[in-house]
Amino acid sequence: MPQLGADMAAGKLTEWLKKPGERVKRGDIVAVVETDKGAIEVEIFENGTLDRVLVEPGAKVPVGTVLAMVRGDGEAPSAAPPMPRPMPAVAPSVPKPRPAVAVPERRAPAGPTGRLRVSPAAARLAAERGVDLAGLRGTGPDGAIRIADVAAAPAEVAPAAEPVAALPEPATPAEAIRRAIAAAMSRSNREIPHYYLSHAIDVSRALDWLARGNEQRPVAGRLLYGVLLVKAVALALRDYPEFNGFWRDGRFAPGAGIHVGTAIALRGGGLIAPAVHDADAMTLDALMASLRDLVARARAMRLRSSELADSTITVTSLGDQGVDAVFGVIYPPQVALVGFGTPAERPWADQGTVTTRRVIQASLAADHRASDGHRGALFLARVGQLLQEPEKL
Amino acid sequence: MNAGATVRTTYREAMREAIRDAMTRDPRVFLMGEDVGHYGGCFAVSMGLLKEFGPDRIRDTPLSEAAFVGAGIGAAMGGMRPIVEVMTVNFSLLALDQIVNNAATLRHMSGGQLSVPVVIRMTTGGGKQVAAQHSHSLECWYAHIPGIKVLAPATLEDARGMLWTALEDPDPVIIFEHTLLYNMEGDLAADAGPVAIDRAAIRRPGRDVSLITYGGSLYKTLDAATALAADGIEAEVIDLRTLRPLDEATILESVTRTRRAVIVDEGWRSVGLSAEISARIMEGAFYELDAPVARVCTVEVPLPYPKHLEDAALPQTDGIVRAARHVVGGNG
Repeated sequence: MPQLGADMAAGKLTEWLKKPGERVKRGDIVAVVETDKGAIEVEIFENGTLDRVLVEPGAKVPVGTVLAMVRGDGEAPSAAPPMPRPMPAVAPSVPKPRPAVAVPERRAPAGPTGRLRVSPAAARLAAERGVDLAGLRGTGPDGAIRIADVAAAPAEVAPAAEPVAALPEPATPAEAIRRAIAAAMSRSNREIPHYYLSHAIDVSRALDWLARGNEQRPVAGRLLYGVLLVKAVALALRDYPEFNGFWRDGRFAPGAGIHVGTAIALRGGGLIAPAVHDADAMTLDALMASLRDLVARARAMRLRSSELADSTITVTSLGDQGVDAVFGVIYPPQVALVGFGTPAERPWADQGTVTTRRVIQASLAADHRASDGHRGALFLARVGQLLQEPEKL
Repeated sequence: MNAGATVRTTYREAMREAIRDAMTRDPRVFLMGEDVGHYGGCFAVSMGLLKEFGPDRIRDTPLSEAAFVGAGIGAAMGGMRPIVEVMTVNFSLLALDQIVNNAATLRHMSGGQLSVPVVIRMTTGGGKQVAAQHSHSLECWYAHIPGIKVLAPATLEDARGMLWTALEDPDPVIIFEHTLLYNMEGDLAADAGPVAIDRAAIRRPGRDVSLITYGGSLYKTLDAATALAADGIEAEVIDLRTLRPLDEATILESVTRTRRAVIVDEGWRSVGLSAEISARIMEGAFYELDAPVARVCTVEVPLPYPKHLEDAALPQTDGIVRAARHVVGGNG
C-alpha cells in the first residue's frame, strides 16, 4: 500500500485492474485504492507477471502492506500452486518474488531496519502525551528522536498509536479531503519554518505573446497563461535545485526530477496538487494537455499514485479569483511553494517614465531549514526573467 | 589534633598507613608477598614496615604466587588476618586456582563452617610502559566470581580507608591498586580512617550524562567532565569503588536522572565490566534512557610497550569527551 500523501496511514483496496498471470510493465495501472483524497490509481514499478494478489478488494490495510507479488521474467512461479499436486521431495530453489508496489520512504529518521529511531525515554513520553513520532525531527545520536524532541512537540488530540481509528469515518468525500488538508497543513505550520518573498513581475509581453499564439490554435488547444508560470518555475528550478525536493531525516533530499504539483480546486470544496512529471522538459502544449488531463481526473477523483506522491514543489495560482498575491503553506515534505496572484494592470515605472503594464505578484514560501532568503530571492527573480522571454519557455 | 586538619600525602603513603594502622590494631594481621620486606615492596608500599614490625609480620615469600596466596588462604582459615601482596594482576593468574577454587568457595563447600578472611592486594593497569605482561586490567575476571569482594580504591581516602574494612570482612577481598595512582599526591584528613566498601561515590554531580568509571580512569574521566562543562554539558562522574558487588542502586539512580551513560573501563570491552554495567542499565533503567549506553575501553590488543601506542590503546580524556558528546547529541 503506497503512501499517497504525507499523512496517509492506511488505504482501502477497491479494485484490481490486473489478474494473477497477466503481464505487467512499469507504469501500468494495476489497482485502485480509496484514500481520504478519493480513488487513486496505483502504478507498478516492475516488469513481469502478476504472481499473487495478497489483499482482496474491500480490505483496508496500513501503508507499507504488500498488496501483490510480481514475478520477474525468467523466475519460476511462486511455491504455492493452486493445483492439488503432490509436492516434490526436494523443493526447487525459487527466486523470491519482489513486492509489486514501491512503498515511498518514511519521513522520520529510520534505522537500517526501517523502524523509527526513538530513545526509550522519548517513546514513553510520546505515548503519554499522544505525540505522533513519525513527524518529529530527531536531534539525538545518529538522528534518533530523544526525549527533548518529544517534549518540544505539540500533543495530538488523538493517541498516536491508532491515528486511523481515532477519528470516525468521514461522512462525505469532501469531509475526508478537508481532514487530509487539515492534517498536512497543520503539520506544515508545526514543523516547517517558512519564509516568504514577494516579487512583482511584468507579464505584459508574455500575455501578448500567448494571445498571438492562441489565435493560431484550435479552441480546445489554447494555452492558459498558467502553463507559462508552471514552465517558468520548472526551468528556474534547474538552476536552484534546493527548492526542488524534500526535507527528510533532518536534511534536504533533492527531487529525482522536476515534478511540479499544481494546486487544483475541487468542486466539492478542498484542493489537491497532483504532479506534472518532468515539467521542465515539456513543451507548453504538452504541459497544457497534462494540466487539462489532471484537472479533469482530479475533479473525477481519479488520480494516479505517482501524481499524488511525487510532487517536488507546488505552484498555486489564484489568478481567477482576483487577489493580488498568495502566500502559501508548503506541502510537507516539500520545501517550497510558488504562488501567483492575478495579472492586473498597474502603474509601472521604467527608465523614468510611468506606464501601465500587466503585472503579476509572484511569491515564494520556502522552508528555511533547506534554503535561505538570498537564494530564494535569486530563484524568484529568475522566474521573472524567464517570463520576459515567453518564446523560449 | 584539629578536626579539620589535613596532611600532605600520597596514595602510596596512604596505603602504607592503612597497613600500619591494621597491624597496630590487630595482632592477627600480617603482610606477605614478593619483596615486601627487605626491598620495601615492588611499588615501595611497605617501605620501612619490616623494621617497624619485624620479619614475623612482614614476610618475604618465594616467587610462587600459587604457594604464597595459598598460604595466605590457609592462614586466614586458621584464624589470622593476612594481607597478601601480589605484584600485578597479570601475575595473579598463577594463583587463580587458589583464589577461585579455594578462597571463594570454602564457606560454601564447608556448609558455613569455614571463613577465609584474607585480603589480597595487587596492582593493575597500564600507562607505565611495562608492556603486555605487566599492564593489563583483569579486575573483571575476579568480579565474575561469587564468594569474593573486589575493591578499586581511586582516592587517598579510599587507599587509607578500604583496607581495614576489608580485613573485617569474613570473606576474601581483593584490592586493586592502579599503578599510576601510587605517586598521586594530595591532602588527606589527619584523622582519616576506615570507609564503607559497599557503595559507589558520585565524585562530581551533573545532569546531562553519567560517566561511570573506577580506579585509574577516574581522573581522566573527571578531566573529561571539566572539558564537557566548557561546552555546557554537565557530566556526573561515578566512581564505582567496589566492582563486586556492584552498587547498582547508585548507577541506576544516576542514569535515571541523566538518561545517558558512558562507561569508562581500562579493561577490554569484550565480556568485561563495562558490558556488565551496560547490561544492568538496560535491565534496570531501559525506559529512562535517551541514548544508547556508550563505552570507552582499552583497544583490544595486548597493551603495547611504546609510549605512543600505549597511550593510543588506553582510554584517554578526549575519547571520553567524544563519547559523551555523541550520546548527549543535538544541542546538549
